[in-house]
Amino acid sequence: MELRIEAVSHDYGETQVLRDISFSVAPGEIVCIIGPSGCGKSTLLRFIGGLERPDHGQVLIAGEPPADSLNPLTYIFQDFALLPWRTVEGNVSLVLEDHGIRGAQSRAIIADVLARTKLTDFARAWPRQLSGGMKQRVAIARALAVRPAVMLMDEPLSALDSQTRELLLDDLIDLWKRERFSAAYVTHNLAEAVRLGHRIMVLSRRPGRIRELVSIDIPLDERPDRIVELDKVQRRLWEAMRDEARAADMELSDAD
Amino acid sequence: MPTESRDTALHKENWREVPLQKTTRRAPDSGKGGSGKGDLRPVPFRGGGFTYTPRGLISPLVFIALIGLWELGSQTGFISPIALPAPSAAFGAFVDLVRTGTLWRHLEASLFRLIVGWTLGTAIGVAVGLAIALFSVMRAGLSPVVSALFPIPKIALLPLFIVWFGIGEGSKVATILFGAFFPTVIATYGGVDNVDRNLIRMGQSFGLSWLSIVRKIIIPGAMPAILSGFRISASIAIVLLVAAEMIGAQFGIGAYILMAGSLFAIEQLIAGVAMLSILGLTISWLIGRAERYFLTWRT
Repeated sequence: MELRIEAVSHDYGETQVLRDISFSVAPGEIVCIIGPSGCGKSTLLRFIGGLERPDHGQVLIAGEPPADSLNPLTYIFQDFALLPWRTVEGNVSLVLEDHGIRGAQSRAIIADVLARTKLTDFARAWPRQLSGGMKQRVAIARALAVRPAVMLMDEPLSALDSQTRELLLDDLIDLWKRERFSAAYVTHNLAEAVRLGHRIMVLSRRPGRIRELVSIDIPLDERPDRIVELDKVQRRLWEAMRDEARAADMELSDAD
Repeated sequence: MPTESRDTALHKENWREVPLQKTTRRAPDSGKGGSGKGDLRPVPFRGGGFTYTPRGLISPLVFIALIGLWELGSQTGFISPIALPAPSAAFGAFVDLVRTGTLWRHLEASLFRLIVGWTLGTAIGVAVGLAIALFSVMRAGLSPVVSALFPIPKIALLPLFIVWFGIGEGSKVATILFGAFFPTVIATYGGVDNVDRNLIRMGQSFGLSWLSIVRKIIIPGAMPAILSGFRISASIAIVLLVAAEMIGAQFGIGAYILMAGSLFAIEQLIAGVAMLSILGLTISWLIGRAERYFLTWRT
C-alpha cells in the first residue's frame, strides 16, 4: 500500500497553513517531515490520517492494505494519548474491542505486542505509574496491535528527555528492521530525522511549502557508524531550515 | 562527530586535574578570615509550613470537646435550657424516638423521598448533561434553559409542584428531583467539555465507533466532574427534603423538626438536626467510597 499526497493546500480562516504539498510514502519507507514550529506539519499529518480535511488537494491510497491490517493508518501521538483509567493491557485492548476481538484472541495479541515492546511485566500497571518513555512504548504497542500499514508519528519523541529519546529511537529502528512498516514521521529534531528517515521533507515556515526533499541512501542500521556522512546531510538540512526557523520564531502565533 | 568527542575528552581531563582533597580542605575557611570549624553552621531551613499532614485524631477530639463543653455549660447552668438544651437531653429525645418506634417512620419517609428524588434527578441530569455536551442542537437549545432555571430556588415552586404532582409524595420527590437535576446537568456537561480532546482524536484515529468513544473515553473522562457534582446535588437534596417536609408532611425528619419547633420542644429539634447532620455525613462518605471505586486510576 502506498500513500500519495497530491497538491494539498489549507487555510485556517485568514491564516495560510499549507501550500501545494505533494509527496508519497512507499511501502516500507519512512518519510520524515521536518520544519519550523507552526509550519503546519502536524496539520499535514492529520490530513494524511483522515482526521481533518484539506481545503484543496487530496490524500490517496494506492493499492490494498494488507488483509490482516485492522487500522491501516495508525497514529502515534506526542502526548501518548493513553487512557489514564485503563491499565497498559486495557489501553491495548481498547483498539481491539471495536473490531470484535475479545477473549483469548485479544489476550494473545496483547501479550505479543507487549513482548515486542518489552512491556510484558507492566501489563497491569496504570499509565500514571509509567515513565514517559514507557508510556510511548505502550502507545507503540497499541499501534502494533492493529497491524498498521502506515504509522503516522506526530513528534513521538519530543516529550521525552534526551536519554529516553535515544533508547526509543533505537527501539524504533529495531522495530522497523523487523516489521518494515512505512511511516510519515513529523519532528522538529534534525538528528532524529537523519537517523530514521529514508527521505526527509523540509517544510518552509507558514504557509508551509516543500523546501527540500532529501533521500538518504544509508541503511538505517549502518547509520550510527557513519556519523560523518549523516552529519553532512544534517548540516545541509539545517542550512535550508535556519532562516525559516529564525523567521518563524519572530512570528506571532494565533493558529494551532 | 569528531569535534564533540574531543570536547568531552578535554572536559574529562579538566575534571581529573582538580585534586579532590584540596577542595574539601579549602571549602570551610572562606569568608572573613574566620578560621576552621567555628564558622560551620547548617543552612537555615525555610521550606516548612505550607504542607498538609493528616492528623487523624483531631477531628473526633474537636467533636468530643465541643459537645463536652456544651454539656458542661448546661449542667452548671451557664447555658439556659430554654436557649439550648443539653446534649444529653437531645440524646434523650432521640432515645424516645427509637423506643416509640417513630424514628423509623420518620427516617423511612425521608429516605424514600431522598433516594427516589435524588436518584431520578441525577440520572436524568447525567443523561441531559451528556446530550447537551454531545449534540450541538441540544447545547444550543437546552443550555440557556438550564442556565435560566438553575438559579430558581426549587422550594419556591413547591406550591406549583403540589398542583402538578399532588399533595402526597409526588410533589416532595419532584422538588428534590429538580434540585438534584440542575447541578448534575451542569457538572456533567462541564466534565465532558473538559475531556482531553487528544484522547477523543486518538479514539477516532483507531476507528472506534461513536458509541465506543462516548462509553470508553468521554464518560470515564467526565466521571471526576460528575462525582463532584453528586456531592453538591446530594447536599441540595437534603436541604430541599427538609424544606418540602416542613411545608406538608406527616412523617419525615423535616416534619419532626417542624413539629418539635412549634411545640417548643427544643431538645427534639436538636435531635432532628443532628440526624440531618449524620445523614449528610453518611452520604458524603458513600460518595467518597464511590469516588475511590470509580477513580482508582487517579492516585
